[in-house]
Order: sequence, then structure tokens, then C-alpha cells
Amino acid sequence: MIASPIPLRAGVGLKHEHYDAILADRPDIGWFEVHPENYMGAGGPPHHMLSRIRRDYPLSLHGVGLSIGGAEPLDRDHLGRLATLVRRYQPGLFSEHLAWSSHETTYLNDLLPLPYTAETLSLVSSHVDEVQETLDRRILIENPSTYLRFAQDEMSEIDFLEELARRTGCGLLLDVNNVYVSAANHGFDPTSYVDGFPAEHVGEIHLAGHARLAADDPAGPLLIDAHDRAVHPAVWDLYIRFVTRAGARPTLVEWDYDIPAWSVLFDEAMAAERILDGH
Amino acid sequence: MGTDALQRALVRALIDPDAALPSGVVGSAARFNIHRNNIASSLIAVLASRYPVIRRLVGDDFFQAAAGTFIASHPPQSPALIEFGGAFAAFLAALEPAASLPYLSDIARLEWARHAAYHAADAAPPDLSRIAGLDPDRMSLLRFTMHPSAALVASPFPILSIWRTNSFDAEVTAIALDSGGETVLIVRPHLDVVIAGLPGGSDTFVAALASGATLGAAARTAAAHEPAFDLTMTLAELFRAQAFAAITPSMI
Repeated sequence: MIASPIPLRAGVGLKHEHYDAILADRPDIGWFEVHPENYMGAGGPPHHMLSRIRRDYPLSLHGVGLSIGGAEPLDRDHLGRLATLVRRYQPGLFSEHLAWSSHETTYLNDLLPLPYTAETLSLVSSHVDEVQETLDRRILIENPSTYLRFAQDEMSEIDFLEELARRTGCGLLLDVNNVYVSAANHGFDPTSYVDGFPAEHVGEIHLAGHARLAADDPAGPLLIDAHDRAVHPAVWDLYIRFVTRAGARPTLVEWDYDIPAWSVLFDEAMAAERILDGH
Repeated sequence: MGTDALQRALVRALIDPDAALPSGVVGSAARFNIHRNNIASSLIAVLASRYPVIRRLVGDDFFQAAAGTFIASHPPQSPALIEFGGAFAAFLAALEPAASLPYLSDIARLEWARHAAYHAADAAPPDLSRIAGLDPDRMSLLRFTMHPSAALVASPFPILSIWRTNSFDAEVTAIALDSGGETVLIVRPHLDVVIAGLPGGSDTFVAALASGATLGAAARTAAAHEPAFDLTMTLAELFRAQAFAAITPSMI
């Protein structure tokens, strides 16, 4: 198998609930993305189905467990498993998150925030270097959705990501929903963030739905990066704003909980594709 | 506080709801609880998907509480969550409030074996036609490699009957706990996991085969353990479920 580049089209996060519909209908969709952690068994139906889909579509791997922002050395076993999947499926893109999830022997299954400091920048940079060397490719790092901040912060998230890309040569994955969620939670302007994001490094865009949590928080309701519904109109507006400035990028619709019928997810992707076609 | 110390303190606070937030974290307890909830609810959902019959047997409230306690004491050790939850059977066996359901941990072992078989390495089952006509003396010299997905769970309780009615019946059938133990084979020869009952003593027999014994030696070991061991019926079930990956020697 040779790598198929991810086209300047819309794709969706592949869910096992949709395997049958996709294999029966062979929909005209640009690409699929999966979490490699879900394909870390030795065999069985997950690999069988993914191999069949990979024969017909480009694939992107979007890691959730590497803990790139972790203070400790990267988990070499996990990196090895990722390298095995990269060799097997020859993905067009590989991305991970600006976040951490492991400490000592515990894996917390969430994308946890880190302070943006000179120390964490050099830590994350060395981890990205190691991943890119091991996988022998440029990777993309995604801006997180956050609920907490740190008194230790020394720079903005955008400055952190831009310097990370400059030091390591990695690309960036702009998650527009994460921008909207973080902006609401921390009270900054999402438009300024999207306008200031270093477009030259952006290799992929994510869109997803979010939830509103009427939590007991002094700042008012919190937004949660829930991936459980359609993309919010305000997130579509931010997306249009970014591609109008920066041009088309491969764009993924993520929908991971309360998963809808295939046709609903496909229509969301087509809505993104119509916007891409205009730019 | 350096990044390492900060993350260590955050992990402690994320797992223990009574732990204080580390200094430097800016945000309300409600915000911090989003992460606590993400971790707990996502991992409970993983366990619920792996142990649906346990959940049905104990009810959702009990399951949520037990899974939450399990996660706090046995958090995942790897981002490959396919490996997470194998210790749940041993945890349930020692769980005081579940002591009135002594079969629970054996059902959990069955459900874990089913999950493990789903993700196990693939292997094409061998063609059995070439051994079909062998005379018994030659047959007894064969050695069998178990399929990489195969596992056996033997229990003093009727775990297969309990598992079946709780997996497939809208209204569960009452199972008498003293109706006898059951030995269950779990294997995935192709894409679907097969779950089949095996005769008593077959767990000793399969363990002997798996350790490299010939068919004849394994049968003697099983008969020594279980006088009523039925070799013909056991082999017929193992063949029917396609529980083997290879038979050697390849030419007889």
C-alpha cells in the first residue's frame, strides 16, 4: 500500500456504527480519520473493516493518547504501536493534541491542559521531534479546548503553537470548535484567535459540535467539547472566516457520541465541502 | 512548581475528588470537575461496553458505583484502552457488596475473554479433512495449537446459561445456581466470536494441549482429573467451534 495524500476535501471521523453503510454505498467522501488507539488490537473486525475502507479512501490517523504535553518521556511502547499502524495503513496525515493524559503509570483518558511556558514549549518541542523522527513524517498538532488556565502561563496559545511549528517543523491542526469553546470559557474573542492563527502551518481543520453546561461557574455557562451533535452556526461562521483568509484545507467533521445515521454525518461533511469549493 | 510536579498533583486531584486543586490552576471546581467527569464517564462507558451482562445482572446504579471504584483503584496503564479492564473479574470477586453473587467474577472472565477474542490475532483454522480418517493410534500422536483468540472459562456455576439468557432474552430465564458448573469456550475463528459450552474436564484437556502435549497424553491428563471426561464429545465441540490454529505433524 502506498500513502494517499489527504485531498482538499471534507472527511469524517470513521465510526464502527457506519462501517456497513460506507462499505455498501461507497459514498463520495474525500477521506476518513480514525483514532489509532482503537486499532491497537492484534487483529479482528476493526482491522478487517479499516483495511477494506482504506483500500478505497485516504486515511488520517488522529492520536489521542500520546501525551505530547506530558512532563515525562513519551511512552515508547505506545509510539511503537503508532509506528506499526502508520506502516500498515500509510495514512495521509498524522495528528495529535497539545495536551497530556499520562503521568507515571496512569493513563487518564482525557486531554488535559498544560501551562504555556518556556519549559513546556521545550518539552513539547522535544516530544514532537521524537514523534516525527520515529514516524518519519511531519505531524500536525491540534489546539485544545480548555476549561482551566494556569497562573504559570508565560505566552498565548497561538504564540506557543507558532513557536512549536517553527522549532520542530510540525504543522498545525486548527480545531475551530475548540477555538469557540475555549473562547467562551475564557472570555476571549474567537474571531481574533482565528484571524491570528498562523495559517501557513495549518494542514487540517476540525469541526464538531459542543454542549452547553449550566454549571455552577462564576463566569456563567461553560461550553464542553462534546462531539455529540451538529456543528454550531457560530463555528461554521468562524470556519468560513478562516478559509476565506487562508484558503481551503482538508476539513474533518467529528461526531463521536450520540452518533447519528450515516446520512446525517455525510450531510455535515458535504456542508463543509461546499464551503471549501468556494475557496 | 515545575511541570512534572504540577502534573503529579493534577493526577492526584483528578482521581481523588477530595484532593485539593494544585496551586496555579485558574478555574472553578465546576471546571475541574469537567475533567473528572470526562475521565470517569468515559472509562465507565468502556467497562459497560465490555461487561454488558455484569451490568444487567447487578443493575446500572450498582455497575456505575462498582466501575467507579474499580477505575480509582485500577486506572488504565496504557492509552491502548483495548487492554483496560481485564482485572475487573478479580476486583468483583473481592467486592464485598457483590458477595451474594458468587458467579459474578466468572461471568466477568467470560466477558473479558469475549472482548479479548474480538481483538486477538487472526489465524485461519486448519483443514480438518486430512485427519478425519486417521486411526486412533495415529490420532493420539497429534499435537494441536490453540487458535490465538481461544480461551476457556471453567466455573462451578452455570455461567454459560446465565450469560446466554442475559445476553439474548428480553425476559431472563431463571437459572438454578446448583444446576452444575459449566466450562465455556470463547474463540474467534473468523470475524464473529463463538461462545460454546464444553464437557467437564475439557479445561484440563485444553490446557494440556496448549502446553504441547499430544492428544493421547492430554486425554489421559483430563481423565485423571475428571473420570467422566468425554474425549469424543470434547473434540467434536472444539472442531465445530474451530478452536485450533494448527495441527502437527502436518503429514501423518
